[in-house]
Parts: sequence; C-alpha cells; structure tokens
Amino acid sequence: MRIVIAEDSVLLRAGLIKLLETSGFEVPAAVGEADGLLAAVAEHRPDAAIVDVRMPPGFTDEGVRAALVLRREFPDVSVLLLSQYVEERYAADLLATNTSGVGYLLKDRVADVSGFLDALRRVAAGGTALDPEVVSQLLLRRNTDPLERLTPREREVLSLMAEGRSNGGIAAALVVSESAVAKHINNIFAKLDLPHAEGDHRRVLAVLRFLDGDST
Amino acid sequence: MVSSSTARRAVTHAPWSQVTWRNTVFVASGVPLQLAGWAVVALPWVVWSPSDVMLILLWLALPVVAIAVLASPLASAHRERCWAVLGVDVPPLPRDENASPWDVLRDLRSPELWRLIRYHLVVGPLIALAGLTTVAAWLGGLVLTTVGAYAWALPADSPLSLTGHAIRVGALTACGVVVLFVTPYLAAGVARWDVATVRSLLGPDVTKELRKRVEDLAEKRADVVDAADLERRRIERDLHDGVQQRLVSLAMNLGLARETLRDLPPEALQVIVEAHEESKEILTDLRNFIRGLHPAVLEDRGLDAALSGIAARVPLPVRLEVDVARRASSTVEAVAYFVVSEALTNVVKHAGATSVDVAVLRRGDVLHVTITDDGKGGASFEAGTGLRGLARRVNSVDGTFRITSPEGGPTTITVELPCAL
Repeated sequence: MRIVIAEDSVLLRAGLIKLLETSGFEVPAAVGEADGLLAAVAEHRPDAAIVDVRMPPGFTDEGVRAALVLRREFPDVSVLLLSQYVEERYAADLLATNTSGVGYLLKDRVADVSGFLDALRRVAAGGTALDPEVVSQLLLRRNTDPLERLTPREREVLSLMAEGRSNGGIAAALVVSESAVAKHINNIFAKLDLPHAEGDHRRVLAVLRFLDGDST
Repeated sequence: MVSSSTARRAVTHAPWSQVTWRNTVFVASGVPLQLAGWAVVALPWVVWSPSDVMLILLWLALPVVAIAVLASPLASAHRERCWAVLGVDVPPLPRDENASPWDVLRDLRSPELWRLIRYHLVVGPLIALAGLTTVAAWLGGLVLTTVGAYAWALPADSPLSLTGHAIRVGALTACGVVVLFVTPYLAAGVARWDVATVRSLLGPDVTKELRKRVEDLAEKRADVVDAADLERRRIERDLHDGVQQRLVSLAMNLGLARETLRDLPPEALQVIVEAHEESKEILTDLRNFIRGLHPAVLEDRGLDAALSGIAARVPLPVRLEVDVARRASSTVEAVAYFVVSEALTNVVKHAGATSVDVAVLRRGDVLHVTITDDGKGGASFEAGTGLRGLARRVNSVDGTFRITSPEGGPTTITVELPCAL
C-alpha cells in the first residue's frame, strides 16, 4: 500500500516513515505542509494520505482543510487525519459528505503500532476510523434526536461502529458474542428508521445518522 | 483644660505668627487678580456708555473676548501666587500645545470655559470681597488698639478724648485687641477658600482627570490580560510543537520495540512494555493539561466547538448547552473556556457528582456561564480548590463570579462576563 505523509514535525515524520516502511507500506512522499500534500497526492496517487491537522502557516486547522480538498478532488484517496487533540467539529466537517475512506485519530494512537496500522489499512480500504475521543465528543453533542431512543449498550455499539470496527471487533471490545452484537445492530437500525439495504451500507447510514444529529 | 491641639492652633494663629502673615499676604495679593474680571467687563462702560445697538453689542462682546484671552495668564498668576506665598502646588490645566486662547471660546458648552467664567466673574470677586474685609479688619484692629496713643491729641470735646472718656477709650482698645486676635482666623479661612477655589475652578477638572485615569487603567489592564493570554497560547504552542511531538515519537518507538522484539528475555520485554504504557499515560496527562491552556479550536471555531473537547473528557454525563450567536472577544472566550474547564476539573475531583450541567449563553453583551453539579456541595474558597484562581481570572475581565454550594449540594457556579473588553 502506498501512503503519502503530511506532518510538519521532522521527528514524527521520520518516525512515521520508519514505522510504515518496516510494516510493509510504501511511502512515495512525505511533506511538511498542506500545499505540498496536494501536489504530492496529485503526483503519486497513493492509497491513503496521513495528514497532521496543525501545520504551517497558521498552525490551526490547515490539515482539515487540506483533507477536505483531497476528498473533493481525489475521492479515491483515503485520508487519515492525525492530531494532538481531536475536535468533533473537524470530524463533522470531514464526515459531512461521506464516511468512507476517512479516519481521524489522536496522534497518541500511533504508539499502539498494530492498532494504528489496522486503522490505516481499514481507512485505505475505504472504511472509517474515528478516535474514541471524537466519538464521545460527538455523543455528548447529540441528546435530542432518535439516538435518544437507544439504550446505553446500543449507543456503545453505535460508537464502536462509528470508530469503524467490524462486528467481530465490536464483540471483542465489549466482551460479548458476535451474535449479541448483531442483535444490537439490528435494534439500532430499527430505532433509527434506516431503510433495508445491504449490510455495510446500512452501517454507514447509521453512522451518518449518528453524526448528522449535530446539524439538526 | 485646654487641649494641646487647641493651644497649638492658638500659637499658629497668633497675630504675629508667620502663618498669619503669609495668609494675609496671600489673601491681599489675590484681590487685584480676582477683581480683574469685572474690571475688564466694566471698563468700557465706565469710559463711555454707547447708545447705538451695534456698539452695545460690541461693548458686550469685547469683555468676553478679553476674558478668554486673559483667562490663561490670570490662572497662571493665581497658581504662581499659591506656590510663591503658601507653597501650594496647583497643577495646570492640561493644555493642547497648539491651542490658541481663542479655542476656549470655540465650544461654549465646554465645562472649562464655564469654570473660568465662574471664577473670574462670580466666585473670584466674592473672595476678593472677603480679602478686602480681612485687610480692613487688620487696619481697623490696629486703629482701635492704638486709640490710646493718639487720643490725647483729640480736642477735649471729642467723644474719644482721653480726659473725658477714659473708659470708652479702654473699651475700644480692648475691642481692637479682640479684632487683632480674631483676624488671623479670618485670614486663614479666606486663604483656604481661595486655594480650594483656585484648585477646583482653575486647576484640572478632577472628575475628568479621574475618568481619564480610569480609561487609562482599563486599557492597561486589558493589555496585561491580553499579554497573559498570549503567553498561555505561546506555552501551548511550544509544548505542542516540542515536548508533545517528541513524546509521541518516543511512545511510537517503544510501541515498535514492543511489537518487533518478540524474542527478548521476558524481563527485558516487561521493561519495554512498562515504559510504553507509561509514555502513553504521560501523553494523555500532557494532552489534558495543554487542552486546558488554550486550544487552537477555540480561536478557530469558537466556544461551542472548543467545549466539546473538555466536556467529553469528564467521566460523568455532561449536558452541554451553548448558545453564542455572536462571538465574544477572544480574551473573554478564553476566560469562559477556562472557567468551564476548571469547574469541570473541580467537579470530578471534589464533588462526587453523578451529572453536570454546563450552560454558556450570550444575552445581549453579557456571556452567562453556569455550571451545576448534583454533588455533595460544601465548596468554598478556603477549601484549596481552584475557585480562587477562577474568581481572579473572571475579575480580570470585569466579570462577576458567584458560587452557591450548601452542604449536601447541589453546587452552582454562575459567571457573567462582558463580551467586549
């Protein structure tokens, strides 16, 4: 898999390159600011881009804005945003149009090497990976919508779905059986009035519904 | 018994004391200056009374112009007099270097002009009258006291002749002595009145000075608050760019070691595992600390967006209501953010609560921040919690800070902040 990196900290950029290359990824380009990222993606057409949120020149949300441009202009390139803090607003921006091929994680997660690489592979393959911190922020901001009808357990399952986990992953995280997870998910679909469709698409819709609560 | 201060006053106000003569000279020297205003106004009419309307108007206008021109030198003369005779320093009016004397006339509503006119035409002449009375009292006292010295020269049939009216002469001498001993108090009183009037009518306007001072101080304080805010942002940025990145890198390397060095002795692997876990904990602590300083998202997206991050960290259900249609100044936003952040930290540490309500609402130009928890209450400034620091930070932007926390709860912190500094 080919990954382009945009990270302004030289130390971390080198660390990421080392981590990815020792794990069998290919890193055709690694840049230090947002404009360079767009050029590198245009040139190398990677499977995914790892993008730092705070980059020069303003050191605020350059990475988020660059990611939005990437998703518009290169829809086939997945984006994994990394940041020292996660903000639900940035997540909402990022997920506004669609929830596939996108991730938003705390930089700390890089320390859990295999977990991080799993998330990266998932995102590069078109899935999602949201940091549990973002998910809890998102949950906090929506308390007046159909999500109210969910039981605490179903909310937990839904937030794990939003993180991008499979049924098996959710079952492992909650220490329950996969069939119990499937039951919870069916309840969630029912309570959120989601139309019948193939499994994965409904999952995405559920997550979208979950994220959309913000805009109502 | 006569108290010592009364005795001291009697000595100070003796007719021969230095203070008395200084007061007298001061009062007397004021008379010509205080009468100058009316002299200028009356002069044309004394010389010639016109009957033509135009000339009457001219005769009315000229003195006004003359007073305007003379006002400044007269005021300086009064100030000099205060300083030279009594050693009292009256600060001059703040004066625009480029202003001409005519500028005083330009704005007829200016309080300065009316203060000058009040002095030169109303209060000044009254003081002059008092000053003349003082001088007259001295002369009268002197004439009466010394009546015995010249009474012999008067003809025998005069009412004061020594030969026929010794008792009357004696009584008059006694009156003269009383007048001489009372006049110093009169002189002192008039001098005090004079100085006070010069200060209030010819010196700078105290109210205006105070208002200006308050404005200056408010501006300086705003600068200090902004500087502190800027400093917090700089610290946040430095930590973010430096320590935090290096720690992430360290944690990543330890994570890599943990996953790749499988064939290490278990003891060595255990050390790596512990170091890895520890580095992740430090990262979390550092992130929470830095997040409380001044997050970039606050600048970028405002309070509503920034508060999600700290509210979500609280391990309790938090109901967050934010309604800030127009953003407050960045300093006020930073204070509101700090208030919520610290209050939530306090709730988690001390309150033993099961849920927290946070409301940040803008009503007009006031930002209302309310944090209510259902914990055990009893929070006070003395308990060593961060409340004192919170209140101080709120005060620094002219906000109000209230806390109600009865034993047994609930605790409510109410903060009101003016949206613009």
